[in-house]
Amino acid sequence: MMPTHLRPTVAPMFRLQFEPAQDGWVLLYPEGMVRLNAPAAEILRRCDGLHTIDEIIHELEAAFEQPALRDDVCGFLGQARQRGWLQ
Amino acid sequence: MSPAIKPLPAQRPPLWLLAELTYRCPLHCVFCSNPVDHMAHRDEMGTEDWRRVLTEARALGAVQLGFSGGEPLLREDLEELVAHAHGLGFYTNLITSGIGLTEARARALKSAGLDHIQLSFQDSTRELNDFISSTRTFELKSRVAALIKSMGWPMVMNCVMHRYNLPHVGRIIEMAERLGADYLELANTQYYGWAWLNRHALMPTVDELRDAEAMVMAHRARTEGRMKILWVSPDYADAKPKPCMAGWGSLFMVVAPDGKALPCHSARMLPGPPPPDLREVSVREAWFDSETFNRYRGQAWMSDTCGSCDERHTDHGGCRCQAFQLTGDAAATDPVCPKSPLRGVVDALLEGASGRRAAEQSAQALGAAPQPLRFVPGAARTTPGLIHRSDAASLALIRDQILPGGPAGVDEARAAAAAATASVPASPGPNAC
Repeated sequence: MMPTHLRPTVAPMFRLQFEPAQDGWVLLYPEGMVRLNAPAAEILRRCDGLHTIDEIIHELEAAFEQPALRDDVCGFLGQARQRGWLQ
Repeated sequence: MSPAIKPLPAQRPPLWLLAELTYRCPLHCVFCSNPVDHMAHRDEMGTEDWRRVLTEARALGAVQLGFSGGEPLLREDLEELVAHAHGLGFYTNLITSGIGLTEARARALKSAGLDHIQLSFQDSTRELNDFISSTRTFELKSRVAALIKSMGWPMVMNCVMHRYNLPHVGRIIEMAERLGADYLELANTQYYGWAWLNRHALMPTVDELRDAEAMVMAHRARTEGRMKILWVSPDYADAKPKPCMAGWGSLFMVVAPDGKALPCHSARMLPGPPPPDLREVSVREAWFDSETFNRYRGQAWMSDTCGSCDERHTDHGGCRCQAFQLTGDAAATDPVCPKSPLRGVVDALLEGASGRRAAEQSAQALGAAPQPLRFVPGAARTTPGLIHRSDAASLALIRDQILPGGPAGVDEARAAAAAATASVPASPGPNAC
């Protein structure tokens, strides 16, 4: 579990980008691509080195009018860091 | 809300475009997968056509773009094409030997927006690197690796593996670590083009592959978190056919130097009408409407063996080029598959490799001199069993119309190419050093 005062950012090896043809966000890296579903994209888009994890959670809870997203967000961030997407 | 990776839609545009800008290359690698008749296709598309192709592919939805060849740095418009692609929103990869990557060009490519460079190596030793590529390039590649790192690019090192360098795999991994690679791709030789011509000399035994893979796994555990090591499954030795290109015409388009659009690097050798020419038709027409791209799409073309198999959604019937080369029928079940009625062809190849090694070893045990392999550029020209990629060898193959497009004719092709290479000057190419 990552401390929630951290401000994660997408690792330099990766590029987050919206793809109109796929109608979705993708994570691009050397000779590869990950398609993200909408929740994953909403989280990663906020990993800009400015938002803390707490702020990301609050923003998403407000934006999607869902009260308890902490576990989902933290779970995904843990996975993303393990895959090297975040630093 | 459960974040996950989105499943693929059924119908889609190409996502991956490989732009083979040129078949020209300063190296002469014996495992090159370019077509052996590359000299018949050397009329390269110009800058404007390439720009249009990139624009059209991006508009359809392609997002990954590889600049490859031959050696793409031999194109003087590479920087312009990278800048154009970057402006369109492609993720741009340069797949290079590093020959010609000066500091000035590296800076120009960086400012054009190039995202990543994949640098090829042949071995951890200068002797084998220079022998395999028939050039003196080992130190240059080390300098280029340092340049790539200093410019802040992620660096992927690629090393094509075969019987000669598999025993060095541990040292190759250590070298990649020293050079600061983020990824190391250990690409077992895929037997197409020149590698098909040279397959008997290049092919490791199943035991040699297993030993090397064990070494890779040990290092992989050690380098986790610092350097990712990819081990590309070896052709033939795997128990399952490879899901080639993730399915024919599924997400990948190769554009050859002469503008022909192909579903894979080697598809030009397959029978059928000529592939679509992007100087004449759009990327959209080539992808959706051409016979070339539709021929092995989906499952209707499959043999009964594949069409009734549960694995067909996963392996897509395997590799069409492999099926054609080994059975003469491009629509056959990939003979690597244990269910293929022609699996014996693959077993014979594997047994051949073991038999040759056993013969070498017993000859050595009896005191006979081992077959000489002189690790000197130029000496390769006269080494029995290996044909270095060269323009002269290609011209000889075209002249004699003996192309390794099928099981027959390969030995004649080797002889013709060997005769041609004997007359090639031994000095390395102008860009080698």
